[in-house]
Amino acid sequence: MNESTVKDHSALADVFNKDENRVNWHDETLWWIRAKRDKAVHQLPEWEALRDTASQIKNNVLSNIGTYLQKFEGNALANGVTVHWATDAKEHNEIVLSILQKHKVTRMVKSKSMLTEECHLNEYLGENGVDVIDSDLGERIVQLAQEPPSHIVLPCIHKKKEEIGELFHQYLGTPAGNADPQFLTETARHHLRETFLTRKVALTGVNFAVAETGEFVVCTNEGNADMGAHLADVHIASMGFEKIIPERKHLSVFLRLLTRSATGQPITTYSSHFRKPRPGQEMHIVIVDNGRTIQLGREEFRNSLKCIRCGACMNTCPVYRRSGGHSYHNAIAGPIGAILAPNLDMEKYSDLPFASTLCGSCSNVCPVKIDIHDQLYKWRQVIVKNGYATGAKKAGMKVMTLTLSSPTIYHAGGKAGRWFMRHVPFAVNNKLNPWYKQRDMPEPPKESFGEWYKKNRK
Amino acid sequence: MEKNINTQASQLPLQGAGRAREKILAAIAQNQPASKPLPDIGFLKGTDADPQEKFTTVLTTIGGKVLKVKGFDEIKQLLPEHFDTSKRVVTTLNELSDIGQLYTGETIDPHTLEDIELTITSAHLAVAENGAVWVTEELVKQRVLPFICQHLAVVVKADTIVSTMHEAYQKISDSVYGFGTFIAGPSKTADIEQSLVLGAHGPRSMTVFILE
Amino acid sequence: MTVGLFIPCYVDQFYPGAAIACLELLEKLGVTVVYPKNQTCCGQPMANSGFEHLTHGCNELFIKNFADFDYIVAPSGSCVLHIRDHLHDDAQPEKARHISEKIYEFTSFLTDVLKVTSLPAKFPHKVGVHQSCHGQRGLHLSSMTELVAPEFSKPGSLLNMVEGIEVVELSRKDECCGFGGTFCVAEEAVSVKMGKDRVADHLEHGAEYITGVDMSCLMHLEGILHRQGSKVKVLHIAQILNGE
Repeated sequence: MNESTVKDHSALADVFNKDENRVNWHDETLWWIRAKRDKAVHQLPEWEALRDTASQIKNNVLSNIGTYLQKFEGNALANGVTVHWATDAKEHNEIVLSILQKHKVTRMVKSKSMLTEECHLNEYLGENGVDVIDSDLGERIVQLAQEPPSHIVLPCIHKKKEEIGELFHQYLGTPAGNADPQFLTETARHHLRETFLTRKVALTGVNFAVAETGEFVVCTNEGNADMGAHLADVHIASMGFEKIIPERKHLSVFLRLLTRSATGQPITTYSSHFRKPRPGQEMHIVIVDNGRTIQLGREEFRNSLKCIRCGACMNTCPVYRRSGGHSYHNAIAGPIGAILAPNLDMEKYSDLPFASTLCGSCSNVCPVKIDIHDQLYKWRQVIVKNGYATGAKKAGMKVMTLTLSSPTIYHAGGKAGRWFMRHVPFAVNNKLNPWYKQRDMPEPPKESFGEWYKKNRK
Repeated sequence: MEKNINTQASQLPLQGAGRAREKILAAIAQNQPASKPLPDIGFLKGTDADPQEKFTTVLTTIGGKVLKVKGFDEIKQLLPEHFDTSKRVVTTLNELSDIGQLYTGETIDPHTLEDIELTITSAHLAVAENGAVWVTEELVKQRVLPFICQHLAVVVKADTIVSTMHEAYQKISDSVYGFGTFIAGPSKTADIEQSLVLGAHGPRSMTVFILE
Repeated sequence: MTVGLFIPCYVDQFYPGAAIACLELLEKLGVTVVYPKNQTCCGQPMANSGFEHLTHGCNELFIKNFADFDYIVAPSGSCVLHIRDHLHDDAQPEKARHISEKIYEFTSFLTDVLKVTSLPAKFPHKVGVHQSCHGQRGLHLSSMTELVAPEFSKPGSLLNMVEGIEVVELSRKDECCGFGGTFCVAEEAVSVKMGKDRVADHLEHGAEYITGVDMSCLMHLEGILHRQGSKVKVLHIAQILNGE
């Protein structure tokens, strides 16, 4: 198979690991963010109670989501907001385009929305004559690099400042070789300020949508969502329908959990609550399904819809840190991506639930207590049952089953294996044995424990 | 301003939009699990003996500045010391109308606020655990005002500083606003190799005057 | 009280010393131990690879071998966790449940059932403790750095009873070693990198031995240590507690 068409976490991670220094840098950076998270959460003795409360709120949401969404819609409409529904990415993109076309606008500014990444909105709009500028600095950087973001909160965590400096030199005219974060950020400030001041349509994501009041909350550190929305004639907010929460006061729980989990900050600089359009402005909300109703119906996997997109699972995942977000070949990477994506396309994402040692760290940093690592195990069963295990794996498993369910074969096989390892080491110590590539095989003892026990006890 | 409210989903411009809504809600009705109860969150509360002190420590740590003042006269004295008041200063506060342009919410094109050096406004309350202040459209009058300026200053009454977000939302309660925001410190980013830079797209600095 | 000793397949074949240490220490502590000779495997390698539906044979064999003991003890956190969570047999649900409830990882059996408070072992060396994930986060053998909760460690409390031992501090107390079952070959690059980083943490802090409750993790780390030509050795915790 052509390597460039095979999208497989293992193969992509293998490439990522060719540059060990870079892996160390990537891993240490993300671990440092995990450490900042730890420091922040340990300041709250009630942290575990907060997680439990948030989890229960989200459980209630998932079990009443139809009611909450209709309540939200009713309130939003009464507030003067236009509410759209989209069954899939295509419909979402078409709705956004139709709003732009109605206003005869061909340039849009967008703040961070993983939903729009999922829908490939930028590409679609580009194909239809609309230029989109991503205003979040990290997103702007990957946009200039023509790459997808590698992390849902830290889009260009995989990029070194020299590479960013080079991009800015190429596209924004900064001096070659300047990699100073202060200088580059200042450049982006001026470049994007011009964007904010000239764009008539701004699109934002939605962190939380409140059923009780019809308002929605957008959290940023940069202020880019606000700069776009408050200057535009039209504000479009795209949301996956699972972002709904019951009441305004529940925001206290989620806003206390979100940023501490994400970056170790007590809160993002801005947590903006949008309820009514600015006088004279049009405000639109697009409520999107795109596979979420199917996931809702999967008893073992519906809890993945509790996700508040904090990214803590990625920061803590030892595999993510050493393989990078792009090896997950999906809008959302890491542990949460691995349990969401197979629902969208089981074949394409059959590799993701296996990109894990099931260490369980993710489940224990998740602010809404999604049982991520349990779901990874369960997805593996589903994927194999649906026929997406490789032929080699299936054959290997059949042999293993036979061997391990028969004591006779097991003992004979074990003895034979050890004999081979002792007397014909090159049979296993060679390039065909993936274990042996970077590790020595264990020393084969003369007798197994079973054999020792027979001699020394019975 | 006349509001154009769509009360019928079928009036939406996109044909079949009503169909998407029905399809999604039908699928949800079919797939959602048995109802689980909503937990009570009343047991969550802050325990700070001195929220003002905590607020000051936290906001300072996250890059903001805190100045304790006894009255607006003191604020007027401090402003030229901390900001370039020769540039455009806009305030929403009557008490400071002689040191800057007073903006009381008249209809303007928000783009004309582009050259503001300093915005001084007020907040309804502040939150000790994260150094945030809560401002609404009612106070800032023009939504972009606290974002578009180069520097932001907010006046907070000392007795409106609460311990945590739980107390904050209790105070906010079911108040009606078109827009409100928690602002915690200056705009910032760490997107370039996790180097913290203050002043991303919003204000480069944020100063809170705690009014005793 | 009779204990059925369950020895994971790879311990039986490659690290009999760890199994012998378990057996001997339990016997020294006055326990009647039986090793059912027809045991093979808990079925975890297949289950974790998505082939849970092929583990019926393993489950049946396991129940046949272990249903009649008061307790089942194994020197492995991950195997015990697998049995606790996944052992089932529609034909013998009671027996499966009994086993799930009575199976213990070795160190937790000593602390929770035998309630050991002292051990006559000496081990005057610098030791790094690897927190095997399934035992730690799955069986709660010790606290984890992710949670805001009091610190504790069952294996750690036993090591503290050993005379002369010096447990080294690590930079990352409970990061996964990267073995992960078939992950170790299916995602070889990441697996090895994770193992190398764990090894480096232990070496940086002066460990002369690396120990833990799971031989699988230690086997993986040992493979890397040997490839690096390091003199640092791995030892299952039972071997230290048994006074080797």
